[in-house]
Amino acid sequence: MSEFLMLSLVPLLVAGLCSLSCALLGNFLVLRRQALIGDAISHVALPGIVASFLLTGTLAAPAMLVGAGAAALITLALIELIRRLGRVESNAAMGVAFTTLFALGVLMLEWSGASGVHLDVEHALYGNLESLVWFEGTRPAALWDPQALAGLPPQLTRVAWVALLVGLFMMLAWRPLVLGSFDAAFAASQGARPGPTQLLLVVMVAVAAIAAFEAVGSILVIAMFICPPAAARLMTDRLSHQLAWSQAFALASAVLGVVLAGHGPGWLGIDAGLSAAGMISVVAGLILLLACRFGPRRHRAAPPPG
Amino acid sequence: MDAWLAALTLSAGYNTRLVTLGALLLGAAAGMVGSHVLLRQRALISDAVSHATLPGLAAAFILIALVQGDGRWLPGLLLGAAASAALGLAAVQAMSRHTRLGEDSAIGAVLSVFFGLGVVLLTVIQAMPVAGQAGLSGYLVGATAGMLASEAYLLGAMALGLLVALVILRRPLLLLCFDPEHAWTQGVDLRRTDTWLLGLLLAVTVVGLRVTGLILIVALTIIPPVTARFWTDRPHTLVIIAAGAGALAGYLGVTLSSVHPRLPSGALVVLAAFTLFLVSLLIAPRRGLLAHLIDRYRFVRRVHCRQGLLALARNEAIFDPTTLRILRRLGHIRRDGLATAQGRAAARDAHHEERLWMHYRHAYPEEAAQLGARRLEPISRLLPPDLIDELERRLPLESGEK
Repeated sequence: MSEFLMLSLVPLLVAGLCSLSCALLGNFLVLRRQALIGDAISHVALPGIVASFLLTGTLAAPAMLVGAGAAALITLALIELIRRLGRVESNAAMGVAFTTLFALGVLMLEWSGASGVHLDVEHALYGNLESLVWFEGTRPAALWDPQALAGLPPQLTRVAWVALLVGLFMMLAWRPLVLGSFDAAFAASQGARPGPTQLLLVVMVAVAAIAAFEAVGSILVIAMFICPPAAARLMTDRLSHQLAWSQAFALASAVLGVVLAGHGPGWLGIDAGLSAAGMISVVAGLILLLACRFGPRRHRAAPPPG
Repeated sequence: MDAWLAALTLSAGYNTRLVTLGALLLGAAAGMVGSHVLLRQRALISDAVSHATLPGLAAAFILIALVQGDGRWLPGLLLGAAASAALGLAAVQAMSRHTRLGEDSAIGAVLSVFFGLGVVLLTVIQAMPVAGQAGLSGYLVGATAGMLASEAYLLGAMALGLLVALVILRRPLLLLCFDPEHAWTQGVDLRRTDTWLLGLLLAVTVVGLRVTGLILIVALTIIPPVTARFWTDRPHTLVIIAAGAGALAGYLGVTLSSVHPRLPSGALVVLAAFTLFLVSLLIAPRRGLLAHLIDRYRFVRRVHCRQGLLALARNEAIFDPTTLRILRRLGHIRRDGLATAQGRAAARDAHHEERLWMHYRHAYPEEAAQLGARRLEPISRLLPPDLIDELERRLPLESGEK
């Protein structure tokens, strides 16, 4: 029991909260066909983190978060600029922007020798759920002990706050979000302001992604944004049901992923651990696969274009 | 700096020369393939393809390591990468064709899930007592530094083969992008050409794994075509310029990275490509930013000139200082604001043209609206002579013509 509390509880909670908040936002990204904005934001976390490390000399979480946030904002601005001036489709503009910034991040990383320090490419990409150990979690009573609770890894509190923020955002911006996802012109005519809502949605996506980086790394956050909502989309036609399904799938992916990564090799007799973040995205992918094959609402209403 | 110059002139050693040539060919191939993918509006599918190579790469490494103890054997690794990338591509196609998810969701899902599987396999490798694990990270961000000559030959040959295939397939590929019906009447099988295109994209990605790494090969397929877009509107020219831009980026990036072992080749290639993009954005002749600003400046001047002349023709006073300045500089008015003989003649012409335009707008409103800013150019340059004659005949005779 104490081993569970010390080693597994916090990763489970962090992974769970991350995937719940990402999946919630991801519903609207999938509906608006903007899933790849998560791709872009995830990739530019690396240069943001490297830049903040080079500027502040510290790997403390606030500095990293600010760095990643600034990188996300710069990327969004760059994408808009390239789209307007180059007159190319938004996907191509996204591709130019985030790959360049990522390359810049890699260059800064290698050239400054920062790769020798704790900040290496792998961790920023793959995350580090396994390292979230709660040293004070030695017995069940620790769950009520304020002193023991104070020793919880700070990632947990951060992720919890972000989950709260996302939930609040959804409640407050529900109507503009829904209207804007289905009919932007109608939304505008109803005063639901699709433009600012879109911007706010992207900002929330960036916030949730940045909070999740520490847990699952930047590339795998994309799985959390897309796979559970996509699977949910194939299960139902009703938006409220879709949100519920996405939360269920997200929680399942997180829990199964962490458990399989930590204990799966043990069940096979191998004494090692697998990447929890990777496992989470694999489970999410499997759920999506099952939904693609058996989901009740998986078929298109109209014939596919082109 | 001297080291870079040496590398640029291909005199920095045999290996560097090989790798540079390979990167050049790769850049050209990536630029060409990327142009077609861009024209098909599927630019980010290369991201899915590149990330989906990781599980195959890792699995191949495991198999090779089990056989020979050290997992680094380039042909085997590339084969594994190609296999899983093909699977990923098939998954994207299947998801976007047979379910109601958009292609963006399909790309994102495949990208992250396959990469996640690859990461899991990487942790398996970490637990295995085999050699060569550190070399795998070179496939993420590129590592030309430790490349063997045989590897460079293989990559160069593959890139060359890709270029040849692209040249052979260029007509069907372009038709696929622009005129599917025409292609069908010409007997071009569109589904097969589409598959060929994606296959070529896969091949470019796999070849580029070692040079730029899987995360950055995407850049080489997107940035050169977008760069070329600034220089031309014609698809055929676009493909050629993209190939050139890609080749130049590969050449500059790899030579620069050979100067110092800590300079990552993939990142420098991408940054070189972006620099070319930036330069094109600024200075490209008709579509660049500078050209836009110059055009705008010229347009504003023409508007002022035309309005000023019309005011002269109607004997109205001109108050706007910019208009006065422009008219003065053109010699249409004197210092004190009175029209010169040249100015009076120009005003008469302007007035005449305005009336012709009025009638044209009346008779053909849509065509007139389409002309937009060109409306200020001399009418004889824009409309055919018989149309101008017809408009002239419509001018009502006014008394006291100015």
